Amino acid sequence: MMKIDARGLACPEPVVRTQKAIQSNPEGVAVMVDNMASVENISRFAKARKYAVEVTEEGGDYTLTLKKA
Amino acid sequence: MTKKSWAVVAVGAVIGAVAVALAALGNPGNMGFCIACFLRDIAGATKLHSAAAVQYVRPEIIGLVLGAMIMAIVKKEFKPRGGSSPMTRFLIAVFVMIGALMFLGCPLRMMLRIGGGDLNAVVGLVGFVAGIFVGTLWLRGGFSLKRTYQQSLTEGGVFPAMMLVLLLVFLLVPSLFAATEAGGGPGALHAAILVSLIAGLLVGALAQRTRFCTVAASRDAIMFRDFDMLFGFIAVIVVCIIGNLILGKFNLAFAGQPVAHTDGVWNFLGMALVGWGSVLLGGCPLRQLILAGEGNSDSAVTVTGYIVGAAICHNFGLASSANGPTTNGMVMVVVGFVVLTIVGLLNRERMD
Repeated sequence: MMKIDARGLACPEPVVRTQKAIQSNPEGVAVMVDNMASVENISRFAKARKYAVEVTEEGGDYTLTLKKA
Repeated sequence: MTKKSWAVVAVGAVIGAVAVALAALGNPGNMGFCIACFLRDIAGATKLHSAAAVQYVRPEIIGLVLGAMIMAIVKKEFKPRGGSSPMTRFLIAVFVMIGALMFLGCPLRMMLRIGGGDLNAVVGLVGFVAGIFVGTLWLRGGFSLKRTYQQSLTEGGVFPAMMLVLLLVFLLVPSLFAATEAGGGPGALHAAILVSLIAGLLVGALAQRTRFCTVAASRDAIMFRDFDMLFGFIAVIVVCIIGNLILGKFNLAFAGQPVAHTDGVWNFLGMALVGWGSVLLGGCPLRQLILAGEGNSDSAVTVTGYIVGAAICHNFGLASSANGPTTNGMVMVVVGFVVLTIVGLLNRERMD
């Protein structure tokens, strides 16, 4: 699965990068971010496009796994 | 709509209601909140500029930062970070302020002005959305101010601490600061200090929870068809209209509006500069205050850029007045578009 690192990027760059990533990998991608606002934004974006989202946290970083539902 | 979407609408409604109340309790007309005007007043109070009409330490600003900080700490979201092109952010912020003081208000005050029936602000809104649209094209093209990095607790806490000290010094030794004399201009119009402070704390905390951002409203609708924030944006305006109607302060007109001018072209262009610059900064002036409260030192630098920008506006005659824009202001708004274009060209990244 394609993994993108969007940690430290300002709004809405993590969502822009997620959007580009699922265009080339429609089955699913993993996105790393480092703040809750980005987690919420990407989750909302993914759910609107019928992706299932799973969030795991490790050391203050979050990994969102998006899978085509 | 999800529960979170409704939370944004509810917070928008609270912001609108608090803003109408602040104006009724002493703040200038349609200026319950104005991040641009209030930072400009603080710049005046601290003698960074000497425009006698706009000098006052606005407790709302201090409250917004501290309210966001307290909420962030409670929710374990106080996260010191920075280092994402801070000087570029400072430069963009200076021009966002120049655009805002061309129009006479930040995006939030633009909404409050619409809520008071000020049709010039509707023209400003069209410019604001046009500017946001241009900004989204740059984002699509790979514009980025690069990553932030984790910073020390000290670095993240410096700006909120400065706000707290400003408040304490203002309370203990108010004579240190310049202040507009009664009847001398908008700086003399303000609610009681405690009322302003509590309003700021409340809205700061709520805006932190909901990530309230006046730029995200249109930006995310345009880029991702995500309308949550836009509903919050509309809620502010609707509640303001209702509040002003109840208080008999709703006046649907171009002429005779408080702290406003009727030059449509420059109202449009001023807010277009604000919209475009704010997209590049990743959020509106209100959001930057909130992020600064969360320990983001890039946003603290951005707010400092607004303050310096406001001082420049008044020291060099760029700011508009009720009589309209100035030639110097017009020149610098155009310079602002050129600067944003250059900044955009020099900060493109490949994303693949």
